[in-house]
Amino acid sequence: MEALGLLLHGFEVLLTFKILSLMMVGLVLGIFVGVLPGLGGPNGVAILLPLTFTMDPTSAIVMLSCIYWGALFGGAITSILFNIPGEAWSVATTFDGYPMAQQGKAAEALTAAFTSSFIGSLVAVLLITFLAPGIASFALRFGPPEFFAVYFLTFCSFVGLGREEKHKTIISMSLGLLLTAIGMDTVSGQLRMTFGSDNLLRGINFLVAVIGLFGISEILLTMEERLALRGHAAAISLRVVFKVWRELPRYWATLLRSSAIGCWLGITPGGAIAASFMGYNVAKRFSKDKESFGKGRIEGVFAPETAAHASGTAALLPMLALGIPGSGTAAILLGGLMVWGLNPGPLLFVEHKDFVWGLIASMYLGNVVGLVMVLSTVPLFAAVLRVPFAAIAPMIVVSCAVGAYAIQNAMFDVWLMLVFGVVGYVFKKIAIPLAPFTLALVLGNRAEDSFRLSMIGAAGDLRVFWSNSLVGSIATLALVLLFWPLLSAAIERLRGALVKA
Amino acid sequence: MADPAEEPRAVASTRAVDIVVSLLLAAFAALMAYDNWKSGAGWASDGPKSGYFPFYLSLLLGGASLFGLARAVAGRARAGSPFVNRDQLRRVMQVLVPTFLFCLFTQWLGLYVASFLLIAGFMRWVGAIAWWKSLLTSFLFAAIMFATFDVAFDVIMPKGPLEALLGF
Repeated sequence: MEALGLLLHGFEVLLTFKILSLMMVGLVLGIFVGVLPGLGGPNGVAILLPLTFTMDPTSAIVMLSCIYWGALFGGAITSILFNIPGEAWSVATTFDGYPMAQQGKAAEALTAAFTSSFIGSLVAVLLITFLAPGIASFALRFGPPEFFAVYFLTFCSFVGLGREEKHKTIISMSLGLLLTAIGMDTVSGQLRMTFGSDNLLRGINFLVAVIGLFGISEILLTMEERLALRGHAAAISLRVVFKVWRELPRYWATLLRSSAIGCWLGITPGGAIAASFMGYNVAKRFSKDKESFGKGRIEGVFAPETAAHASGTAALLPMLALGIPGSGTAAILLGGLMVWGLNPGPLLFVEHKDFVWGLIASMYLGNVVGLVMVLSTVPLFAAVLRVPFAAIAPMIVVSCAVGAYAIQNAMFDVWLMLVFGVVGYVFKKIAIPLAPFTLALVLGNRAEDSFRLSMIGAAGDLRVFWSNSLVGSIATLALVLLFWPLLSAAIERLRGALVKA
Repeated sequence: MADPAEEPRAVASTRAVDIVVSLLLAAFAALMAYDNWKSGAGWASDGPKSGYFPFYLSLLLGGASLFGLARAVAGRARAGSPFVNRDQLRRVMQVLVPTFLFCLFTQWLGLYVASFLLIAGFMRWVGAIAWWKSLLTSFLFAAIMFATFDVAFDVIMPKGPLEALLGF
């Protein structure tokens, strides 16, 4: 039980006044960000990242991850009270949450949402605590070919398993990878694709792109849709909380199933959005009383919320153990690690024990504190939605600009952010997925470096990716996932032929 | 850098935007492929040259965009649905244009004055919120930002003549 000792050490790191207060600030900001339509987990984290540049890495990651937990909690508030999902992953929560609010059971629905979010994250954090160190120490044996194979696997699984049109996923991914290659080539020191511009010399910063892609473009989209807010009031009393908690054990199977779905989709790049829908549908399929779903059934709130949070949390597992983010937000946190001077990957567990275990401990603590906080402050945050959007929109724009500028103290980056904002808006409208773009932007340089180092090591022989059983099986799995749609169609056809014969 | 939504054009269909974006991406890919070809996209004695990786990526991007273009032209991708209608476009411009001006003004006036102008102006003209509320909110916001970033967290923002006058 080495993990337990290290975890306790992590709690020691956390229990200082400074970190605890940063945690509270992070949670409040996060819930705020989650409640506001037009801002979300990745946006909030991206915009608030510059605040952390001068902090030490542990305080910074604790605050940022608390923003993330807060955003996950906050998304449920608007779904239930206003029928407006604050986040894409809380869309499924509106199916039963809003009907419950209409029937005057808003407090029950909110308690159910927060509690199941908490349970989902807890399961995922337990998974991280006991699995991540093992995976990381296994990955310490990786050389450049293995790392390239893992990156390749990540990209292939996006193309093969994503629900978007394949060519759009490929566009988004290759554009992201291409943009990271702009500037100085890290292996040879040669300049490429700068076209003589001094500003492009530095390359395109990942965070600048993300702030534009998520922050600015969301403002544009929200303005376009012009949301009218009409909601239900709610205050949660202790009596209601205990009433819901007493019912919890009855739904253990749903909670467990949703947690498992969430963890799986979080680790593989399926994401919280897919997880919440899948959690909801699976709960419905297993239920004896399918008709009552969508009409205000509490199980319909438990299922998607548990899955969304389990997935949102589990997405941090591959980030910590392998340096590969499982979600957009995890990708931004990873970008943060690099800004603070940490090298993401398995070595983190060896070289920065305080940081890693502080972060894991903060997942436990942040979720407990977050649960208590949202349960007690719902009316306050529901009131936030009555602040006119015309006041909030320009403030978000300014925060984005501050964030973009602060990263490298460059005005050029603010312009770049604006361009990415428009690109993000157009991409979202024509269904080019942004998640592969983000992932490519953050992994691009390391993917290329590991490829070239493997090539240098193997004197240009591509067979290095099948040179031993480990790298060979990862590379093969990557190809299988890439061609999965074709393979599964072929298997179907084969099975059909066999049945006929 | 040119983008279809940046030009104040009237209602466009999703298909038209699909086509324009595919063309722009294909052109971008061609430009990148050319530049990387020039800096060496082949193999040196020790491994790939610096243009190798991005060169093949630009081929991939170009291929995927041309495929998207072909599909959009063939009209199989949601042919009729509108990209934006006139009202939506007007509202999007209501944020995009002030944001553009804000970036422009930041260069001369510094970030804090520009953000004061952006927030006050936006609240007054887009939100039709009373003058005193708009001015007060934006002043407080700019002041809090200044206190947070420049004073408390040492994150230095671009400043203009006003800050110079006040001695920062």
